[in-house]
Amino acid sequence: MKKLINDPLKVADELIDGLVEAYDGDCVKVGTRSIIKKEIPEGKVALLIGGGAGHEPIYHGLVGTNMADGAACGDIFAAPPPDIVLEATSAISRGNGVLYLYGNYAGDVMNFDIGAELSEEEGIEVKTVLITDDVCSAPPESKEERRGIAGLVLIVKMVSAASQSVETLDELERIAKLTVLQTRSVGVSMSPGSIPATGKPTFEIDEGLIGLGMGIHGEPGVSEIPMTTADDLTPQMLDLIFKDFTDDSDVDDLKEGDEILLFVNSLGATTMMECLICLRKAKEYLNKRGVRVYDTIVGPLVTCQEMSGISFSITKLNDELKRYWDVPCESVCYTKL
Amino acid sequence: MAKESLDVSESLEMVKLVARKIIESEPILTDADRNLGDGDHGIGMQRGMTAVLEKLESDSFADIKSIFNAAGMAMMSSMGGASGALFGTLFRSGAKALDGKLAFDSSSLSDFLVAANEGVQARGGASPGDKTMIDALDPAANESLQSKELPINEALGAVASAAESGRDQSKDMVATMGRAKTLGEKSVGHPDAGACSIAIIFRAMAEFANN
Repeated sequence: MKKLINDPLKVADELIDGLVEAYDGDCVKVGTRSIIKKEIPEGKVALLIGGGAGHEPIYHGLVGTNMADGAACGDIFAAPPPDIVLEATSAISRGNGVLYLYGNYAGDVMNFDIGAELSEEEGIEVKTVLITDDVCSAPPESKEERRGIAGLVLIVKMVSAASQSVETLDELERIAKLTVLQTRSVGVSMSPGSIPATGKPTFEIDEGLIGLGMGIHGEPGVSEIPMTTADDLTPQMLDLIFKDFTDDSDVDDLKEGDEILLFVNSLGATTMMECLICLRKAKEYLNKRGVRVYDTIVGPLVTCQEMSGISFSITKLNDELKRYWDVPCESVCYTKL
Repeated sequence: MAKESLDVSESLEMVKLVARKIIESEPILTDADRNLGDGDHGIGMQRGMTAVLEKLESDSFADIKSIFNAAGMAMMSSMGGASGALFGTLFRSGAKALDGKLAFDSSSLSDFLVAANEGVQARGGASPGDKTMIDALDPAANESLQSKELPINEALGAVASAAESGRDQSKDMVATMGRAKTLGEKSVGHPDAGACSIAIIFRAMAEFANN
């Protein structure tokens, strides 16, 4: 793999420096490796996101105007250590509590939890909501164990919008839980990305197979199916999302008349061309079921280097979530006019 | 020769020896993890303990708690990921049980181990038998409760042996946590890399106290 990098051990730090430049002054780096908004009003309930580097433009690209207040960034594919979580928390706290919102991975949970304890020792109130949108990573009855994947873009967008106007940390926590509950994703992997420092593939999968539900680090999914066409694969993936809304007793079925957000994400190497072909089929599928797409996002926003694969994420909207979605926002990862 | 306890400066030297022993053992730990995980445990522990050594050599410490606390923080910030959090938690949780202590005796050792064991289990969610570092840490903590009346060098010797036998028993266990989980039955036959690190840590402490 030809990669335009310098010292492989400095990849994470150098990409953060570049990201700060991409923000043109709206966001700054603090401490070792945190990105925060330059201006955060006093008394605001603050929102901290974060995770390992190497998945750009998330997570740290989701900081911005009406987006997250800060991101704690780890090294490549590694959770941010607690001292980075603490430095980010201290930098964005405005006296009204901080919500942590990040994907459910063991390393992230442990490090953010320790960061929360350290922050609380400094008198900052912290609450945590985990992103668990990957329906293939655990059955509905144990959905709190699910991993967080591309649906996080939709979730962070809405929770960030809500954080601009909520008065309490408890209220933001409620909204974050609601948003996570109504957002579900299914992904597939076709070939792995590589670890920048070593060039080694992040996992292995047979050339002729697609990993249905496979995680972005190669975690096992539902099954491995033979390579197929966009039009054959798309309905199979959406079926899994619809089935999950049906099987989960905590949410209503996705049915005729419902309004949703639709996000078609590329894992990196899958091209916009392929995403658009799948989007076309997804729209046909949703039309047939009478489900209305309120807004669509498409593109490589949650990536794993040159991994090829695609995911669909759906948020089922209600009036409240629609209000949060409608708020304009600006960040490197996602901008809405 | 029996030694009742270690003072602050001896405890500092003991933890430095732990760091040097782990750094030396990188190839063994890398091999152990290659069988079950992604092979990064040895490098991670080496990086963590190099940071511990730097921290302990550059700062001064008024009590024993602050030594272990500094070691834990250095591991967490330098290692990242789950193992940084878990080994950092081991030292930090253990340190919390040593408030104001100026001597490290077998009773403090037991307080340290019991608190460390509880802290790591709460943080990582693993229990004995899951083929993790707990399978060496839990027997070590249990042994320390039986050794509270012994001189510190003898207590550390007994604790190190308990950790080593726990490490050996982890060979026969099926992994249910972490990356090795996906191997299921295939994980049988190799000891857990985290348990190997725990055994090295306590053997190094025992070695220090006995010399």
